[in-house]
Amino acid sequence: MADPARPGETNRLALALHVPEPRFRPGDKADFSHIEIGQPGDQPRPDEGIHPSAMAGLAYGLVRVLGDDNLAHGPWNPRLSPETLRAMLGHMALVRAFDERMFRGQRQGKTSFYMKCTGEEATSIAPAMALASDDMIFPSYRQQGILLVRGYPLIEMINQIYSNKADKLKGRQLPIMYSSREHAFFSISGNLATQCPQAVGWAMASAVKGDSRIAASWVGEGSTAEGDFHSACTFAAVYNAPVILNVVNNQWAISSFSGFAGAERTTFAARGLGYGIAALRVDGNDALACYAATEWAANRARGNHGPTLIEYFTYRAEGHSTSDDPSGYRSAQEREEWPLGDPVARLKKHLIAIGEWDEERHAAMDLACAERVKATTKEAEKNGILGHGLHHPFHTMFEDVYEELPWHLEEQAEQAIRERIAKFGTERPFG
Amino acid sequence: MSQEPATVGETVIKERRLNMIEAINEALGIMLERDPDVIIMGEDVGYFGGVFRATAGLQAKFGKTRVFDTPISECGIIGVAVGMGAYGLRPVPEIQFADYIYPGLDQLISEAARLRYRSAGDYIAPLTVRSPFGGGIFGGQTHSQSPEALFTHVAGLKTVIPSTPHDAKGLLIAAIEDNDPVIFFEPKRIYNGPFSGYYDKPVEPWKKHPDSVVPEGYYKVPLGKARKVREGEALTVLAYGTMVHVAEAVCQAKGVNAEILDLRTLVPLDIKAIEASVEKTGRCLIVHEATRTSGFGAELSALVTERCFYHLEAPVERVTGFDTPYPHSLEWAYFPGPVRIGEAIDKLLKD
Repeated sequence: MADPARPGETNRLALALHVPEPRFRPGDKADFSHIEIGQPGDQPRPDEGIHPSAMAGLAYGLVRVLGDDNLAHGPWNPRLSPETLRAMLGHMALVRAFDERMFRGQRQGKTSFYMKCTGEEATSIAPAMALASDDMIFPSYRQQGILLVRGYPLIEMINQIYSNKADKLKGRQLPIMYSSREHAFFSISGNLATQCPQAVGWAMASAVKGDSRIAASWVGEGSTAEGDFHSACTFAAVYNAPVILNVVNNQWAISSFSGFAGAERTTFAARGLGYGIAALRVDGNDALACYAATEWAANRARGNHGPTLIEYFTYRAEGHSTSDDPSGYRSAQEREEWPLGDPVARLKKHLIAIGEWDEERHAAMDLACAERVKATTKEAEKNGILGHGLHHPFHTMFEDVYEELPWHLEEQAEQAIRERIAKFGTERPFG
Repeated sequence: MSQEPATVGETVIKERRLNMIEAINEALGIMLERDPDVIIMGEDVGYFGGVFRATAGLQAKFGKTRVFDTPISECGIIGVAVGMGAYGLRPVPEIQFADYIYPGLDQLISEAARLRYRSAGDYIAPLTVRSPFGGGIFGGQTHSQSPEALFTHVAGLKTVIPSTPHDAKGLLIAAIEDNDPVIFFEPKRIYNGPFSGYYDKPVEPWKKHPDSVVPEGYYKVPLGKARKVREGEALTVLAYGTMVHVAEAVCQAKGVNAEILDLRTLVPLDIKAIEASVEKTGRCLIVHEATRTSGFGAELSALVTERCFYHLEAPVERVTGFDTPYPHSLEWAYFPGPVRIGEAIDKLLKD
């Protein structure tokens, strides 16, 4: 039991605990005018070898390129070719169409779970395009866009989401927890921020070996509170590791706003400065700024100048997952009031503004994306859906726990197979 | 038991005796030499060579990018090692005391242990986490714990505990070469000599023990194979680490013809050796230094009961540490020493 408080016995001020509270709750009018977004082109672009102590402006400000006039401004303009910009827009449109279809599939009972990245597409697609294709990705769970950029087959993603018989992960992982060594994409964990020190370790190994590949991790702003994130920053700084630590600040961690990760006090980028890590705070809904920031950080890492922490300031436009309903904790107006707009719309308008795109082509592209996803989904469904049950031979449950099955797992596998025969008989294939 | 002098052709190689620290240091040096992907890191392991000297001289010989100090962050040490393993290295991180391993548990349990499984073999975590464990050195509650059961409970981890210099070297080499994550607990009470449990008697150095004869060069003691310390008929003793020596001394002092198995690897366990011995003797004593409730002895007891029930002539006995933190001044009251073991043997042999 707590000792009794003694207010009034002395003239000392009674202490007060601050529990953060978001500005808007359901039913409130959302007004984001307090957020300082600055002007595109305002931020200087320093040399990649800059000392982090000179980066305060970049860690507290916001690197932006695309202006309200839909044109690219300032030194961070990555000056991408129209072909590259159209490819970027294409990836973003595809991931949006994919999310839409998979979300619906979950609602139709085809799988247990899905997570959309709506509103955050630029924070994975643009960085992935700025990295080399063999740079190692340590993703969190909302970076499906990276797999699309790297050409991972859509059907493999859907097979995984359905945990069907063609799922390369053998139905072991929750939907969207992809893994592809071939695409230098690390196995996604469900435990948050564990990938951060792993990315640093991979980058350290690459440096030990005199390799030229770098690593990049993604983490949400909420899970920067985990010890793993801080271990990652410490190790990255100590060993000057060639790594990019991306923080996707989408304002919400399920129902907890970014204030519960410390956003009321400072920016997430500014944490890097305390560790002596280069830090950039970037408009996460501006695909060009996202690209430029990654390009800068990758140059820095490749030049042995060390790690960079990038905060992507964005907004989670949808629920955390299919198991979440944000109308229970935040204002429905937030999405439309978000001062940095929608990343797909902004890139589209930019391409139109520079005369490299038009509404007709955009509508045709959206349609083609939807058709492609639909056709691939139908193809994947031939391999089964989660709802149809036990797709994988029971023995596979025991494989890969260790390289070889020890006696106790062999015994347990025999039991599992006996149970399968007891329930289904020997008619169905089993193993 | 005792090592025969190795022979090469007609030449008899002179016996070479090492303590456990020297044997571990030699194993690490051999693996750094043989495999360019082996890397050693941990608090104080670099220039200084480790607080127990296990990595002494290795940085000087193999360089700062193969053997280096780390920040005081067990979460970071294990997390970074997992990433290095994904790259293709074979990291051998040291956790300075097993008592400090807990901040690294999520990286061990949810990451290292699961990586092969969750990625269907895309990525593996071939780490060997070395850590001194166990008490008997007046280390108090934070330098004395035996947390092995936390790790044996985790699917995907292997847990190895040597009890002699000979085994420490061979098991450590096997652990480093193993492609699964291995927790390698080194009983620090027996780093410098086999401990009989009679704490009031003079300390014996390893040099007098037959298993301090350590062959030169590379050899492996396979994981998953127990060592028969002593043949016997009266009862089977299952032990590992320090308690192998304590159990042996007590049986000798009491004149009990025990068969003593040093398990060496807890997961995977050498169940065949256990079954064969218990079926022969009909009685089983399990000894560990860790706390009792949900300790690894509970698993051993259940396995022996499930698999050897009709051979048992007495209930399985467990001798363990008490379910308390490891107390500083009352260390020897906590320790499962000769009195506790002696009573259990009497109970087992009573009928």
